[in-house]
Order: sequence, then C-alpha cells, then structure tokens
Amino acid sequence: MNEIKIYERPKAWAEGVHTHYCPGCGHGILHRLICEIIDELGIQNDTIGTAPVGCAALMYDYIDVDFCEAAHGRAPALATGIKRTRPDKIVFTYQGDGDLASIGTAEIIHVANRGEKLTTVFINNAIYGMTGGQMAPTTLIGQKATTCPFGRDPELAGYPMRMCEMLATLETPGFITRVSVARPKYIIEAKKAIKKAFQNQIEGKGYSFVEVLSNCPTNWGMTPVQAFEWTESTMIPHYPLGVFKDFK
Amino acid sequence: MAKGRINVLEEYCKSCGLCVEACPVKVLRISDHINSKGYRPVEQFKEGCIACKMCATMCPDAAIEVYKIEEKQ
Ligand SMILES: Cc1ncc(C[n+]2csc(CCOP(=O)(O)OP(=O)(O)O)c2C)c(N)n1
Ligand code: SF4
Ligand code: SF4
Ligand code: SF4
Ligand SMILES: [Mg+2]
Repeated sequence: MNEIKIYERPKAWAEGVHTHYCPGCGHGILHRLICEIIDELGIQNDTIGTAPVGCAALMYDYIDVDFCEAAHGRAPALATGIKRTRPDKIVFTYQGDGDLASIGTAEIIHVANRGEKLTTVFINNAIYGMTGGQMAPTTLIGQKATTCPFGRDPELAGYPMRMCEMLATLETPGFITRVSVARPKYIIEAKKAIKKAFQNQIEGKGYSFVEVLSNCPTNWGMTPVQAFEWTESTMIPHYPLGVFKDFK
Repeated sequence: MAKGRINVLEEYCKSCGLCVEACPVKVLRISDHINSKGYRPVEQFKEGCIACKMCATMCPDAAIEVYKIEEKQ
C-alpha cells in the first residue's frame, strides 16, 4: 500500500497561523484559494496585496506576501500607485462589500475605468461583517440587519447594487466575473476565475474584477452550513454567476 | 473508485461542519474531544473516503490534508 498526499496547506498560507475569522466564514476559503493560486503561479515573491477595512483587515498576517493596509474603500487607489511604480509586480486588492460598494464606490469605478493593470477580489457577504452586521448597499430586499431590523426596504434604502453589471457598462476593456464559495462546485469555478484574473495581470492585459458571493454566519444568525445554503438559495438568484466582460 | 483518507490538523479546525456537509460519502463527523482553542475537531469516523478533496476544498482553515491510497496489485 502506497500513500500519496494530494492536498496540503498551501505554501503561501502563513505558517502556523490561526485566523481570527468566525467558524465557517468564507473569508478563509477565499484566502486559501488565493494562496493556492499564488503557489501554482509561483508568484509568492512578486505579489503585493492591499488589505481592506472589514473583517479581512488582518489578512496581511495570513497570506505570506507583501501587503499594504488601505484606508476604508481606498485599496484601488493604493494599488494603482503600487502597480504604476512597480509594474513588474502582481498587485491585488481584496475588498468587502461595505468597503467596495459603499465607502469605496468612487475608487472602484475609476480603477476599472482607467483599466489599471491589477486585480480586484471582491468578497460580497451582503453585510458589514466586522462592525456587527449593519446593512450594506448589497444587502438583499427583506434581509434583516441591525440598521434594518425589519428587513431592507427599497423605499428607504434602494435596491441591492450589482457591482459586476455596473462596472461592465464601462467602455474600458477588462475582465469582470461573479463566482461563489458556497459549495465545492462553485469553489472550483471561483479558483479558475481568480487564477485567470492573476494571469491577465501577468500578461499585462488590464483590469480584472472577480466578485465572490460568500457568507457571514455570525451576523446572518445562521450556522455555516445554513449560511451557505442561503448564499445559494437567495444571493445567487439576485447576483447571477457568470462572466460579464472579457476584454471585449 | 479511488481510495483515500484524510488527516485533520486538529489545532486549526474550528468545528464549522462545512466539510462534514461537503463529503459525498459521509465519512466525516464532529468529534467529541476538544482542541486548545475549545473547538471539537472533525474526524473521519469510518472507511470509504474516495480521495475527492471536497472536504479540503471547503475548509476555511486549511485544516485538512488528503491522501490517496494506491493498492499494489
Ligand atoms: C472611514 C471609516 N468609516 C467606517 C469605518 C467602520 N467600518 C469598519 S469595517 C466596516 C464595514 C466592513 O464591511 P465589509 O467591507 O462588507 O467587510 P466584511 O467585514 O463584511 O468582510 C466599517 C463601516 C472605518 N473603519 N473607517
Ligand atoms: S463577522 Fe462575518 S464576515 Fe466577519 S469573520 Fe465573522 S462570519 Fe466572517
Ligand atoms: S476526500 Fe472526499 S471522500 Fe474523503 S473525507 Fe474528504 S470529502 Fe469525504
Ligand atoms: S471545514 Fe475545516 S474547520 Fe470546518 S469542521 Fe471541517 S476541518 Fe474543521
Ligand atoms: Mg461584507
């Protein structure tokens, strides 16, 4: 009998680290995917991340590449400066939905419109996770949050924003796609999309934007398994998965 | 069908149950002992693992290693 190890912790996952994320949080899955991709592309020494404000604010301790911490929502501006001064490096932003679709709306639109040759990984959990579960621009109609305890009312708060669809209207070429980490079948596709987004950058193609539908079991008041069932049953119908633009 | 087994890095496991749900052959469960963080790590409680890596694909804490077992003919 012969045993072959077919899966182990990625090399880019900082050694011995215990993340502060709640059990079953999609941030961990997405970090792991990014680490696997960094390993597979052999870019650990050439990658610079920009960490967001939100639950992922400490991600620089978890993914073992160089990082800068951005002010809330400003990661695209910071990453622009880094990429323009170091065009040889692989630069990415990692941003939550509060960070990207609320406080950083201006920055994300303009980074895409300028076609900066970098990558954005946008983790959408339809809530402000870190601050205790307030409504985000991406919170679904009827979804409860601490600032809409009876559910989001479009009369008061408008409708949940579809960032991929909005950015895809820009004339500037880019790669814009939406994936999920709710189940293994989606995770496999998510990894392919993020890998392509990094490869686009290696090839000097232009801006790549990958939205990842995730969860927040703690603030949604669900178990991790229930939370990902909700991602699949309720988020995906409103935020359809697919490619919205691919450099055309 | 391939044969395999998993190794749980117990200290990293947060007992979230996502791997238990993801395993197509249902060979995982939450154990009844406790790690130093106070979580009950997952365990493979019976044979039948098919080395599909679904559990490791799902794990937010990279707490699972997967082995494929090759039987010599
Ligand atoms: C300028 C500024 N405004 C507000 C905050 C408070 N704040 C911290 S995290 C956060 C929301 C984060 O939500 P999201 O980006 O969705 O990340 P998640 O925690 O859900 O991953 C807010 C409003 C801040 N830190 N700085
Ligand atoms: S609060 Fe929500 S997003 Fe933040 S770590 Fe916990 S589950 Fe994840
Ligand atoms: S590798 Fe597949 S069969 Fe084996 S424990 Fe993991 S999910 Fe179950
Ligand atoms: S998915 Fe990972 S953290 Fe969650 S129970 Fe399984 S091994 Fe533990
Ligand atoms: Mg959020």
